Amino acid sequence: MTQVTLSGLTKIFDEKSPPAVDQLDLEIESGKLTALLGPSGCGKTTTMKMIAGLLRPTSGDISFDGDSILSIPPEDRGAVMVFQNYLLFPYMTIAENIGFGLKMRKVDRKEIRTRVTDMLDLVQLPGFEDRKPRQLSGGQQQRIALARALIVQPNVLLLDEPLSNLDAHLRDEMRELIRRIQTEMGITTVFVTHDQEEAVVLADRIALLFDGRLQQFDVPDAFFESPQSVEIAKFFGGTNFIPGHYEGGEITTSIGRFRAPRSAVDGGDAVLSIRPEAVTLGAAGGNSVMGRIRSHVYVGRYARFRVTLGDIEVEAVTDPGQVKMFNDGDEVPVTFDSNKIWVIGPAAAHE
Amino acid sequence: MADTRIEPTAAGAGGVAPEDKERRFSWRITGRWVGITGLLAFLVAPIVPLFIWSISFRWFYPAILPTEYSARAWTEVITPHNDVLGVAWNTALIALVVTALSILLGVPAGRALGLYEFRGKRLVEWMILAPIIVPGLAVVLGIHVLFIRAGLSNSIPGVILVHLVPTLPYMTLVMSGVFANYDTDFELQARSLGASRWATQRLITLPAIFPGVVVGALFAFIISWSQYVLTLLIGGGQVQTLPLLLFGFVRSDPAIAGALSVVFILPAVIVLLLSSRYLSGDNAAVGGIGNI
Repeated sequence: MTQVTLSGLTKIFDEKSPPAVDQLDLEIESGKLTALLGPSGCGKTTTMKMIAGLLRPTSGDISFDGDSILSIPPEDRGAVMVFQNYLLFPYMTIAENIGFGLKMRKVDRKEIRTRVTDMLDLVQLPGFEDRKPRQLSGGQQQRIALARALIVQPNVLLLDEPLSNLDAHLRDEMRELIRRIQTEMGITTVFVTHDQEEAVVLADRIALLFDGRLQQFDVPDAFFESPQSVEIAKFFGGTNFIPGHYEGGEITTSIGRFRAPRSAVDGGDAVLSIRPEAVTLGAAGGNSVMGRIRSHVYVGRYARFRVTLGDIEVEAVTDPGQVKMFNDGDEVPVTFDSNKIWVIGPAAAHE
Repeated sequence: MADTRIEPTAAGAGGVAPEDKERRFSWRITGRWVGITGLLAFLVAPIVPLFIWSISFRWFYPAILPTEYSARAWTEVITPHNDVLGVAWNTALIALVVTALSILLGVPAGRALGLYEFRGKRLVEWMILAPIIVPGLAVVLGIHVLFIRAGLSNSIPGVILVHLVPTLPYMTLVMSGVFANYDTDFELQARSLGASRWATQRLITLPAIFPGVVVGALFAFIISWSQYVLTLLIGGGQVQTLPLLLFGFVRSDPAIAGALSVVFILPAVIVLLLSSRYLSGDNAAVGGIGNI
């Protein structure tokens, strides 16, 4: 159980370009599964390599349980990284691969053998000891790579895009395996991903990074219910943003005034955001305005409408049955559920 | 990997389809045979007439084989007063030291050129290639003056140093090809799993680059072993090697020259045959087509 603290962590590869990681402060909770999420090139893997000791930070500090570990070489940190492309050593058998870390720790051969067998059971590949890495499928290699990291009982487990090279059905199995092992062993785990769905499903907490800077560090549902900026909301699939003025729990926009008790700002210029699922069509009431249906798509599990409200267009995701009730061009009342409206600071203020 | 279905008890090849594996297997066999046949044709066949020369006493046109045989040439080669074996040992010693130094210098240089971008990299590449492009005689005349001043001429260390001029480019080029296809993340992975710097070099890097080192070392050994001009000029006749000895006999006594040639060629052929598996098939390292 190890708490990892990053403070002011910065990595500059090239003086001429912006930092790959910029003044990153992060408290990674002990025994929890934390996701580093962001588009490719946002500095996630760089951050992970710095925690593992494989890259030297330009400035800032990393500490495990309060003690700085910057001067400790990677082999003594107890932070084991599993690379995206598995990197099983091609000249060794599966047993030698998994036992590698123990051999480096001078554990005796008999004990290595029993622990390798236990690990193969844990990742559900019993009897694979004598195979060579190239005889294994991608999913199997991934499990072996995981076993090879877990066998040394690391303080911190670092997984770089653990699911990205797998097919969809293998991804679910692997996700469950990671979750199960992580819960059982209680290892502080950090994983890197560019897929927000993967982060939401797997992580206890998500650190969202854009361009090497931390945007928001929160539990998964917070990114849907209370994103701190328009960009964050967009990254998590938000589509409806209406600029306006916020005051006293109400936001005034070009299409009307809406009650909005939940807000990231106290007042002033702001943006009304509402997820398409929280926009309802047809029923008039509070927080309603009239709109005109511009187009619709029937997806099966749901239907997606595009509705024009004055000079603004919003998206609504509704029950699929609603495609029969409305035609394109119909005038309909559009309701924003006031508890689902989230008021964000103006987009310009963020940059 | 084409087949990613998880089968904990999958029989045989796991992810690799059987016919795929067979095809690769037969390619390896074919490659090895082409390699071995080539080696025999170009390296072993020329020794045959030399060997016949060495045991002939009379051999004139139009006879296909000598009319009279004699062991005289071989007796001359073996008798101590000609010191052929001593010279052969000397030549081997020089070639081995040259090879060792080439590995020591060429592997790190090849790594730097194959893996990293740095200022002046093109220039360094040209400098390394220069000894292959510029005629050796021109280079060695300049070096000779320097070596006389440094007291290195007419000595074995001097000969070893000058042999590095043609061997290092080959070693460096082969290694830079190997490293261009090498993923340093393997080293990082080993470090992360608890391996020290030294253990990583020994257990991860060395096995991956080994075929390349063998090929480069082979070049270095053979270039040094068969060096004539550089040894003659820098050794100044004081350092005797087989090529110098051989040259002396070519005009005066073809039978002894034949016997010496056999002695001269054999080590190279043996080394080549022993390492032929690194020149063909899966482990081919020349030109950096090795797998990692």
